[in-house]
Amino acid sequence: MAQNVDNIKDHVQLFHQPEYQELFQGKKEFEGCHSEEEVARVAEWTKSWEYREANFAREALTINPAKACQPLGAIFAASGFEGTLPFVHGSQGCVAYFRTHLTRHFKEPFSAVSSSMTEDAAVFGGLQNMIDGLANSYSLYKPKMIAMCTTCMAEVIGDDLQAFIKTSKEKGSIPEDFPVPYAHTPSFVGSHITGYDNMLKGILNNLTEGKKAEEKNGKWNFIPGFDTYVGNNRELERILNLFGIEHTILADNSDTFDSPNEGEFKMYQGKTTLEEGADSINALGTIALQAYSTVKTREYIEKEWQQPTTVLRPFGITGTDQFIQKLAEISGKPVPRELEIERGRALDAMTDSQAWIHGKRVALYGDPDLVYTLVSFLLELGAEPVHIVVTNSNEVFEQELQALLNSSPYGKSATIWGGKDLWHMRSLMFTEPVDLLIGNSYGKYLWRDTHTPLVRIGYPIFDRHHMHRYATLGYTGTLNLLNWIVNTILEDLDRSTIIPSKTDISYDLVR
Amino acid sequence: MTPPELSTVEKSAAETTAENLTIADKREIIKEVLEAYPEKAAKKRDKHLNVYEEGKSDCGVKSNIKSLPGVMTTRGCAYAGAKGVVWGPVKDMIHLSHGPVGCGYYSWSGRRNYYIGTTGVDTFGTMQFTSDYQERDIVFGGDKKLAKLLAEMDQLFPLVKGITIESECPVGLIGDDIEAVAKKSAKELGKPVIPVRCEGFRGVSQSLGHHIANDTVRDWAFPIADKKAKEGSLNFEPTPYDVAVIGDYNIGGDAWSSRILLEEMGLRVVTQFSGDGTWNEVLLTTQVKMNLIHCYRSMNYICRHMEETYGIPWMEFNFFGPTHIAESLRAIAARFDEKIQAGAERVIAKYQAQSDAVLAKYRPRLEGKTVMLMVGGLRPRHVIPAFKDLGMQVIGTGYEFGHNDDYKRTAEYVEDGTIIYDDVSGHEFEEFAKNLKPDLIAAGIKEKYVFQKMALPFRQMHSWDYSGPYHGYDGFAIFARDMDLALNSPTWGLIKKPWQQVEAAV
Repeated sequence: MAQNVDNIKDHVQLFHQPEYQELFQGKKEFEGCHSEEEVARVAEWTKSWEYREANFAREALTINPAKACQPLGAIFAASGFEGTLPFVHGSQGCVAYFRTHLTRHFKEPFSAVSSSMTEDAAVFGGLQNMIDGLANSYSLYKPKMIAMCTTCMAEVIGDDLQAFIKTSKEKGSIPEDFPVPYAHTPSFVGSHITGYDNMLKGILNNLTEGKKAEEKNGKWNFIPGFDTYVGNNRELERILNLFGIEHTILADNSDTFDSPNEGEFKMYQGKTTLEEGADSINALGTIALQAYSTVKTREYIEKEWQQPTTVLRPFGITGTDQFIQKLAEISGKPVPRELEIERGRALDAMTDSQAWIHGKRVALYGDPDLVYTLVSFLLELGAEPVHIVVTNSNEVFEQELQALLNSSPYGKSATIWGGKDLWHMRSLMFTEPVDLLIGNSYGKYLWRDTHTPLVRIGYPIFDRHHMHRYATLGYTGTLNLLNWIVNTILEDLDRSTIIPSKTDISYDLVR
Repeated sequence: MTPPELSTVEKSAAETTAENLTIADKREIIKEVLEAYPEKAAKKRDKHLNVYEEGKSDCGVKSNIKSLPGVMTTRGCAYAGAKGVVWGPVKDMIHLSHGPVGCGYYSWSGRRNYYIGTTGVDTFGTMQFTSDYQERDIVFGGDKKLAKLLAEMDQLFPLVKGITIESECPVGLIGDDIEAVAKKSAKELGKPVIPVRCEGFRGVSQSLGHHIANDTVRDWAFPIADKKAKEGSLNFEPTPYDVAVIGDYNIGGDAWSSRILLEEMGLRVVTQFSGDGTWNEVLLTTQVKMNLIHCYRSMNYICRHMEETYGIPWMEFNFFGPTHIAESLRAIAARFDEKIQAGAERVIAKYQAQSDAVLAKYRPRLEGKTVMLMVGGLRPRHVIPAFKDLGMQVIGTGYEFGHNDDYKRTAEYVEDGTIIYDDVSGHEFEEFAKNLKPDLIAAGIKEKYVFQKMALPFRQMHSWDYSGPYHGYDGFAIFARDMDLALNSPTWGLIKKPWQQVEAAV
């Protein structure tokens, strides 16, 4: 009898009871599975150089990619604006997936709607779905703005958002002056970071139309990019306030993805008001904290707004130093003592921990900007990036990252694997093992297979709680990154030295 | 553990709750909820909402109809139904997400279809295979790429038993001929390659994807079984007690905690279709004496087909909560001989003490608590007995993608005055919860945090909130434990600020 009411066993223990183990054995009779020897032989082969070569010869098949598709990034961008309802024109299943994905990562509700197009819309186009959809959304959810993007269905049949929105307004679905910015976000082009870029550009284009004033407003714009650490916008805001820099974050979704529980559900938590968004055209300049999720937006700002843009990534010491110096320059103020102290604390921690990290061989993967900043920080610590996989890579990024690697003696062992996936990574890690893996939750399968300890940094993180609430930005954020990295190494050291009278000679109390 | 007397969801006597609302009151609530819609939409949604009245043979709602554009539905698509539900759990096959990268990415390891195997070698359940369509594939077609990637798949995963190709939206729109590629590749690879036309725009929800996937089992898998049976190469010795468990996706191990009971009563479970199932088991389904179907909605089609073609009878069963487990065991046994009937009684007796202990511990902590449910195509009715066994009352229920036959079956489970909502929208669900004030809401991940922000205890009923199994006697113990920990967590009682309570009192 498996269950004892004083100690009820769920799946973690239940199936290790003898009666279930017997059941598993019995089931094999019907499974038609391969022999254990054959499975073991093939398993070994997948770890070999021969397999790696076959794996890298793949031209058509993608296995375990580290990228999502455009609309996910688009609705993420939209969610930072006040009262904004993301509306995805196309099949409805996509929206169910986006909401699920974001919710599983942030453990927060996420509201978005679809125009629920089906077969008839595939034949006749989705205009009627949009007309009805906008009318329904507007009266049910009372948004201040509806940010529209597309699924690949709408893109393939060629629905024209601009014309459809115009027609919907003419039909009275929504008031004439109601803002419905849009972006075409085909999932067969780019990735979620492209969608972020497209949607943000679309929103700014809509909100700032006719808002250019004679005078600058004295503010600076900051674009976080597809950054899933909600602590970062708050940290950014704090740093800017220390300098007294008037600013607009385009757009701040930190409350959307980390709202307080006060017994009431509030659908809209975007912090950047539409007025602030509209006035961003009159700012002194725009600083993007990511390069590759903001390419088109920056191009648009420079060209259409005639506003200077810069990319500065305030992550790690060097990145934050550059950012802080820029803030000192634009504010005309010296670096606040508070930030100097924080810098000192981060460095104090880095020197305390460096011995455990120095020379460690690291594999990592993620979005281009995240990977760039992580590599920069690893080099500062004396760690050695080895395998760098970026599925949604591009040439400019690879050149930029290579230059960074070339600038440090610790970057010499690194290879950038642009466009590759996590099944490639598996081969890399088996044939050229590393000490540490950095990536999102999907890295846990690589951890299981190769026994390389995993530091969870990136998106999505489904299997650990609350990591997204912390900042990774600035000197205090650097401290968080360091904490995650060094304590993963130490945790792994304990796990690997925990067998009494065998490995526990190194099971040290003081490390 | 929190003692039950400290249970935090206290209600004052004066407060309006579901218990003191009449059917007319509830109809009024539905009316009010509909007022927020534009007229055309309100008219349409009205047909999906009802209050169940004792004695009716149906729940009285329309279902399996298109969701309204712009209204937040929880529904997914045909691809999700075919890849995520029916085919995905067949563990020794590779299921290709054919088209752009997103669909496969978002559904990657999302469902907890437990299985045993060496992932990446002889099983592939928690991996993501995609053709990652680019613009050129849309413009020039993706058939060549498909043929090539199938060969690459076979080379890198030589132990794979077969491949299914799940089409995403663009594939059907650009006119790719995946059937032709599948046939050709199957010959070349010497393995089954099954094209599944489950583009996301087909149908109104996941449900059509289930049906499409069932049809591919009929059209592409069973002919292989028939051929093998004819050749005598199925390597199968039948017994009178052979059964298949159909439509249990082994969420958190559900199929295993069900299988154990069937085996203990003397039946031989030949196939799990599809949780922890294999290609061989799929084929052997054609050889069993009886199909036992758990999720009627997603796999009734193939059961009906097998009944017509192979003369295999099928029956539904429900392994949620000891009362219904015993009923189901007896009903199943009644279709077999005395040996099995005695076996069923033996199993029921064996677990009696375990279930009694579970009820003795948890029923006092949960007695009288109310629940609102909203799940996919089966659980909105099937889990009701498990709640009832714990003394809890389901006051509202509805399906994401149920059909008329599901709502008919639901009538047997629900009580007078239960609010029924089909394809409930975010707005409706929130308003119903505000008005009915349930003690617990049991639905999906997209709903979870909405209600938790409203300080309402919540359990996910698709994924078992990362717990489980919930099926069978062993599962019921876990179900009871989990409902208790959700409802009686001290965290809910801390949400209200003490100074606000003081203000309110003044």
